[in-house]
Amino acid sequence: MALPTYTSWNYRIWHYTYLTICGLVFFFLIAPLFVILPLSFNAEQYIHFSAGMIALDPDAFSLRWYEDMIWGTKNPWGLAAKNSIIIAFFATIGATILGTVAALGLSSRHMPYKAAFMAVLISPMIVPLIISGTAIFFFMAKVGLAATFTGIILAHIILGTPFVVITVTATLTGFDHSVTRAATSLGSNPVNTFMKITLPLILPGVISGALFAFVTSFDEVVVVMFLAGLENTTIPIQMWVGLREQLSPTIMAVATCLIIMSTLILVTAELLRRRSERLRGINR
Amino acid sequence: MSTEKILSSDGLPLEVSLKKAERKNKMKAMMLVAPLFLFILITYLMPIGDMLFRSVDDRMITKMLPNTFTSLEKWNGKNLPEEQVYAALYEDLSYLKKTKTYGKIIARLNYEKGGFSSLIKKTVRKLGKFEEGNYKSQFIETHKRWGDINYFIALRNVAPNWSYVKYLKGVDLKLDQDGNIIQQPEDRRIYKTLWLRTLKVAFWVTVFCFILAYPISHLLATLPMKYSNLLMICVLLPFWTSLLVRTSSWMVLLQQQGPINDFIVMLGLAANDNRPELMYNVIGTFVAMTQILLPFMVLPLYSVMKTISPSLMRAGKSLGGTPFVAFRKIYFPLTVPGIGAGSLLVFILAIGYYITPALVGGASGSLISNTIAYHMKSSLDWAFASALGAMLLAGVLVIYWLYNKLVGIDNIKLG
Repeated sequence: MALPTYTSWNYRIWHYTYLTICGLVFFFLIAPLFVILPLSFNAEQYIHFSAGMIALDPDAFSLRWYEDMIWGTKNPWGLAAKNSIIIAFFATIGATILGTVAALGLSSRHMPYKAAFMAVLISPMIVPLIISGTAIFFFMAKVGLAATFTGIILAHIILGTPFVVITVTATLTGFDHSVTRAATSLGSNPVNTFMKITLPLILPGVISGALFAFVTSFDEVVVVMFLAGLENTTIPIQMWVGLREQLSPTIMAVATCLIIMSTLILVTAELLRRRSERLRGINR
Repeated sequence: MSTEKILSSDGLPLEVSLKKAERKNKMKAMMLVAPLFLFILITYLMPIGDMLFRSVDDRMITKMLPNTFTSLEKWNGKNLPEEQVYAALYEDLSYLKKTKTYGKIIARLNYEKGGFSSLIKKTVRKLGKFEEGNYKSQFIETHKRWGDINYFIALRNVAPNWSYVKYLKGVDLKLDQDGNIIQQPEDRRIYKTLWLRTLKVAFWVTVFCFILAYPISHLLATLPMKYSNLLMICVLLPFWTSLLVRTSSWMVLLQQQGPINDFIVMLGLAANDNRPELMYNVIGTFVAMTQILLPFMVLPLYSVMKTISPSLMRAGKSLGGTPFVAFRKIYFPLTVPGIGAGSLLVFILAIGYYITPALVGGASGSLISNTIAYHMKSSLDWAFASALGAMLLAGVLVIYWLYNKLVGIDNIKLG
C-alpha cells in the first residue's frame, strides 16, 4: 500500500509498525505448517534440523520415511488410508444428500420455526466433540453398531451435515426462485426442476459443503476413537496413537501428504466459492 | 359496499384456497427438512438425552437390594434397625451370592462409605453358615460394622433411584451421611481447578485470537483483491489442514530440542542445558490453541470489515478527527458484530477442545474434555463422565444461545 505524499512521519511509522505486526501474525499462522515439510525428508531418525540439513547437504535428506510409510512392514498406514477414504466417501455422500435436501426446506419462505430447526441441525458442529463422541458411542453400543464401519459412517454423517446445511443455505439466499416457478409453469415436475434448474445453480455450494463434510470425516479422531475397533482404524487414529508415543519421521511424512491434500482442497474450495459468487451475481 | 366473497376458480373462497396452498407449501418445506431432522433427533439428540439420563441414574443398586431398601423405609434412623431389616438383607445377599453378582454393589457402596468392601465380602463368604432366625445378632457376630448405625445410614442414602452426587462431585462437593452438601476434603478438590483452568484457557485464547486477528483482518479487508487473495491463503490453509497435522507441527516446534528452544538458546535467554519446558504444560496448550483457532476469528472479522466503506474513515478524518479518534469512534464500533461472532465461536470451540490439550498439554495443561475422556475410557465411570459432559454442554448451550441472539445461527459463514 503506497501512502500519499502528505502523510506525516508519525503516521508513516505507525503504518509500517502495523504492516510488521501483520507480517508476524501471518508468519505465526503459516510457518508451523512448513516446519513439517523438511523434517519429513530427514535422513536421520530424529525430529530436529540436523547440521547437514541446515547446510543443505544432499546426504542429509532422503525419502526413506516415505518408503517406510508406504512399504514399511507392520505399518498401519495403508489400511488406515483405505479405511479413512471409505468412511469419508460414504459419510460425504450421506451428509451431502441429507444436508442439501434439508437446506432446500430451510430456505423455503414457508418453513415454520426456521431458526429453531436451524439451531438443532447445526448443533453437532457446536457441541464439543467429546460430548458428541460419548453420546454417539452410547447410541451405537445400544443398537450394536459400535466398532463397525456403518457406525462410524453414521457418526460422520451427523458431524458433516451442519457444514452442508450452512453452505447450501448460504448459496440459496441469493437464489432467484422465479426460475423454478418458470420451470413449473412450463410443465416440469418438482424432481425434474430440481435436477435441471436448482441443482446446477446451487452446485458450487453443494460441492463446497461436501468438501467440508469430507474434511470433517477425514480429520475426525475423537468420535472414531470411541467407535473404532482395531480393524477400522483410520489415518487420524494412527496419527493420534503415533503422536502419543513419540514423534516419528514417518508421521512427518504422513503429515506432509495431508498438507498437500489440504492445499488441493483449499484451491478447489476457493475456485468454487468464486464461481458461486459469479453465478449468483455477487461482484466484489 | 358489497361483502361478497371473492371466489377462486375451483369455487372456494379465495381466502380458503390461499390458506390451503400455504399449508401445502409449509408441508412441502417440512417434508424436506424431516429426514435430516429425524436422523439428528434419533442418532444424536436422543443419545445426548440418554447421556444426561445416565448421569443421574442410580437404579442399579436399588434393583439389587430390593428387600433391604423396602424394609429400611420404616426405619427411624436413630437406633440400629430391627430384625426384619437384617432378615431382608440376608435374603438379598443370599440371592446375590447365588447369582455371583455382589461385586457390582461393592463398588457403589464403597463409593458411598469406605469399609463396605470388606464388610460385604466377609459377610457373603460366611453367609452359608447362617442359621434361620435371629439374623441381627448373627450379622453383628460376622462383622462388627453391622452393629454400626453409620453403615445403615449410608445404605439408606443410596436407596433413591435418582442421584445428583455425580454433579456434586464435578464441582468438588459431596453429600455427608445426613444428606447435607459439603466440600470434598482439601486433597480431593480437583475439578474446580479444572473448570477454572478450562475457562481461563478458553478466555485467554479468545483474547489473544482477537488481538492477533484484528490487524490482519483489517489488512485483508483493505488491501486490493489480488494481494489479499494471496494473503488469505495463510489463513485458509491452516483452516483446511488436519488438526492433528497442526498439533504435530506444534509438538515439533515446542519440544526441548525444537527450533523455538534453539532460538531462545541462540538469543542467550536460556542456557543450552537448561532449556525451558514449552510443551506438556499450559503454555503448550495455550500457544497451539491460539494458532489453531485464529482462522475462526479472522474469517468473521474479515467478512464484517469487508462491508465497511473506506470513505467513512476519510469522512471522520476530514471532519477533524485524528486517525486514532476516527478509528475509535467510527471503525471500531462498526466491527463489533464481527468481534462478537468471532469471539463466541472461538470460545465455544476452545472450551471443548480435546486433541490439542491431550497431545501438548501434559497434566497441567489438560482441560475438562480430557477428564471426560479419561472417565469414559480409563476409569469407566460413565455416569460421572456424563455428568461432567452435561455441565460442559450446559455452558456451551448458553454461549450458543447468546451467539444466536447476537449473530443469528443462519449468519454463520464458512470459508
